[in-house]
Amino acid sequence: MWKFLHKLASPPYFYVLAKKIIPWLSIFALGLITYGTISGLFFTPPDYQQGDAFRIIYVHVPAAYLSILAYMIMAISAGIGLIWRIKLSHAITASAAPLGAWFTFLALATGSIWGKPMWGTWWEWGDPRLTSELIMLFLYFGYIALRSAIDDTMKADRASAVLILVGVINVPIIHFSVEWWSSLHQGPTLIRQDGPTIDPTMLYPLLAMIIGFSLLFTALLLFRVRSEVLYRERRSRWVRNLLLPPVQSI
Amino acid sequence: MMEIFAMGEYSSFVWSSYLLTFLVIIFNAVHVRYRHRQIMNEIKRRLNLEKVNE
Repeated sequence: MWKFLHKLASPPYFYVLAKKIIPWLSIFALGLITYGTISGLFFTPPDYQQGDAFRIIYVHVPAAYLSILAYMIMAISAGIGLIWRIKLSHAITASAAPLGAWFTFLALATGSIWGKPMWGTWWEWGDPRLTSELIMLFLYFGYIALRSAIDDTMKADRASAVLILVGVINVPIIHFSVEWWSSLHQGPTLIRQDGPTIDPTMLYPLLAMIIGFSLLFTALLLFRVRSEVLYRERRSRWVRNLLLPPVQSI
Repeated sequence: MMEIFAMGEYSSFVWSSYLLTFLVIIFNAVHVRYRHRQIMNEIKRRLNLEKVNE
């Protein structure tokens, strides 16, 4: 196991392996998202309170879920990078940031579009769920800005890793915000002690969307990490051999 | 047939959120490929320069 992990952390090995995995992840992601979208839009019955507006859940919840998942991946790989100085883990942290920012934006935007007909407003500053999610978007922006301000990659890795680890405090705040404070946002539907409070006909497309989005995210992340690894290793022999194959002499 | 696409009074809200989501996904899928090619070309250019200077 340790031997395999060690091998996996080696950039050239990762570069080749990721290329093989990405198409499979994409195919499964596409299948699940297609199923989730079609049945979520057309085959699940309208909600008894929200009518057809509830269908926004199938894009809003996966996006919001990924905004937090991306952050957790960044925090874990930033921690591993700081402690064990594994090069690949810093590359993963740096690659996840723009994706996390995109899905956070998507969660905020679809939530806003959902909020308008249901709550009567696009945005409510006093709402803790909305505000803490917005703070997370700014954490992603801060991370990206900090990295681009430091020229030395190793220094940028360490400084930005600390920023991400400090910002982890925001993750439980986002999750529990709907329980700790009264809020416009509804409470948890899936992750609760007494099990999900959603009908199976509505639940299955949602689960398909969450898993599909996660696989898609993983494929995009691996793609980005490959580019990042290639750039970071641009002076190494394996990159040189990969991009400029040595000419065979006859 | 068109009824199932209507989404009642919330039509514009439902469709705009799905449209936005898929635009973001498609943008990212295209962008990661474009970026990878760009980085590869940049490194290749630099390696070729080094080769000429050797």
